[in-house]
Amino acid sequence: MEFIKNGKRIDKRLPNELRPIKFEVGALERADGSCYVEHGGNKVMAAVYGPRAVHPRHMQEANRAIIRYRYNMASFSVEERRRPGPDRRSIEISKVSREAIDPVIIKEFYPRSTIDVFVEILQADAGTRSAGINAASVALADAGVPMRGLIASCAVGKVDDTVVLDLVKEEDNFGQADMPVAMDVRTGEISLLQMDGHFTLEEFEEALQLGKEGCTTIAEMQREALVQKYQGEGHE
Amino acid sequence: MSDVIAEIRKDYIYGLAKRQERADGRALDEYRPIQVETALIEKAEGSARVKIGNTQVLVGIKLQPGEPFLDSPDMGVIITNVELVPLASPTFEPGPPNENAIELARVVDRGVRESGAIDLSQLTLPDGKVWLVFIDVHVLDHDGNLMDASALGALAALLTAKTPAERYGYGPDAPLPIKEYPVAVTAVDLDGEIMLDPSLDEEMIASSRITVISGAQGALAGMQKAGTGTLSSEEISRIVKLATSKATQIRDDVLGGLING
Repeated sequence: MEFIKNGKRIDKRLPNELRPIKFEVGALERADGSCYVEHGGNKVMAAVYGPRAVHPRHMQEANRAIIRYRYNMASFSVEERRRPGPDRRSIEISKVSREAIDPVIIKEFYPRSTIDVFVEILQADAGTRSAGINAASVALADAGVPMRGLIASCAVGKVDDTVVLDLVKEEDNFGQADMPVAMDVRTGEISLLQMDGHFTLEEFEEALQLGKEGCTTIAEMQREALVQKYQGEGHE
Repeated sequence: MSDVIAEIRKDYIYGLAKRQERADGRALDEYRPIQVETALIEKAEGSARVKIGNTQVLVGIKLQPGEPFLDSPDMGVIITNVELVPLASPTFEPGPPNENAIELARVVDRGVRESGAIDLSQLTLPDGKVWLVFIDVHVLDHDGNLMDASALGALAALLTAKTPAERYGYGPDAPLPIKEYPVAVTAVDLDGEIMLDPSLDEEMIASSRITVISGAQGALAGMQKAGTGTLSSEEISRIVKLATSKATQIRDDVLGGLING
């Protein structure tokens, strides 16, 4: 399969170009905070509940809030129907996503409580964990959870021996490498890093820088979406 | 339940790290002694016990004829599972695999799979079936760095595995077609000091750790950050470089006999 023709990818993007991304803050009524994200073919809804009481009680921590994160794919979100409920992949993604957003949340403000993040993948087209983290980060801010900053995430990979940003399904499935990253926007530090496939050391360095650039661009969109919703509030 | 560590012990380990020292006297990039024994479970098609210091895992390989995946009818199948059995740590509880066991299994699996360690195209059988390769990691003693011990155990066990072809009427038994030798190296960062092969205490104190899996040519095959801390790209780059050269050393020193034998 040929992935890059005349410098353009199968969906006409440049190697360092993101897919179109759209954030909708506060898309849900009942949740304390929410965000809907479209990222290329991905359609993702994130909701935040809390800080609220922990059930079961034994999970609570005396000096800080706990964070729970559930990444879940709708059975209709992919070509072949998925069996509903958590599988091993979504359990791992829930773990690394929770760890990705954790460092910016000021948990010490809410002892003995939980902040619950629910991410539903309604349609999947590669990069769902990143889209979920981007949505979750905005939903946390929408819920008014105290945070040191936002977390932004995107994937980098390799196709036709070229390092590319933000893989689509075909590039993910048949490409040479896939590396999701998440970044604390304020510090530039990495809070999620996974990789599988084949990278030389040089390619890895290039990919990491490209991933950080992608996260920076996404962070600007997250900020913009939040400003859009909240500008003027508090002055009435 | 999780392990708890006294604040004073924590301060002690951080204090040592500042002076580039470790509680067990190792250099920052030094592994605990690694021991690999193979073929100790006769009923398994391949097996290995790996000890890294006091950490101990037993890996068994079972092979069975079975149906290939629909989208890859000409390829064998790898299925990896990790059991964090309660005998290995006071913090492990019986029950279905939790997220730690699942993460461990999936990282080991990706290392074997993405590096191309097994030539899956050679695992087809004449009747349309393929060999299903079950990699089962049984953790026996958890004293830190289960990731590297499990990955090393998986590779060592695969290197000694033979297809049970005769038992299923497919001709003579044959060794598995192994093409690449992925080795996992895990690092933690304590206040800017990078330590390889974290002990249990170091692992518990560190806010994050990174596992880097690389092949014989030094190419990266897999990576996983775990934990709630963050790392700068400079720290990550340092770790990746350190990890790939350490992997080469481990491959030569510990697996040399198995690879060339």
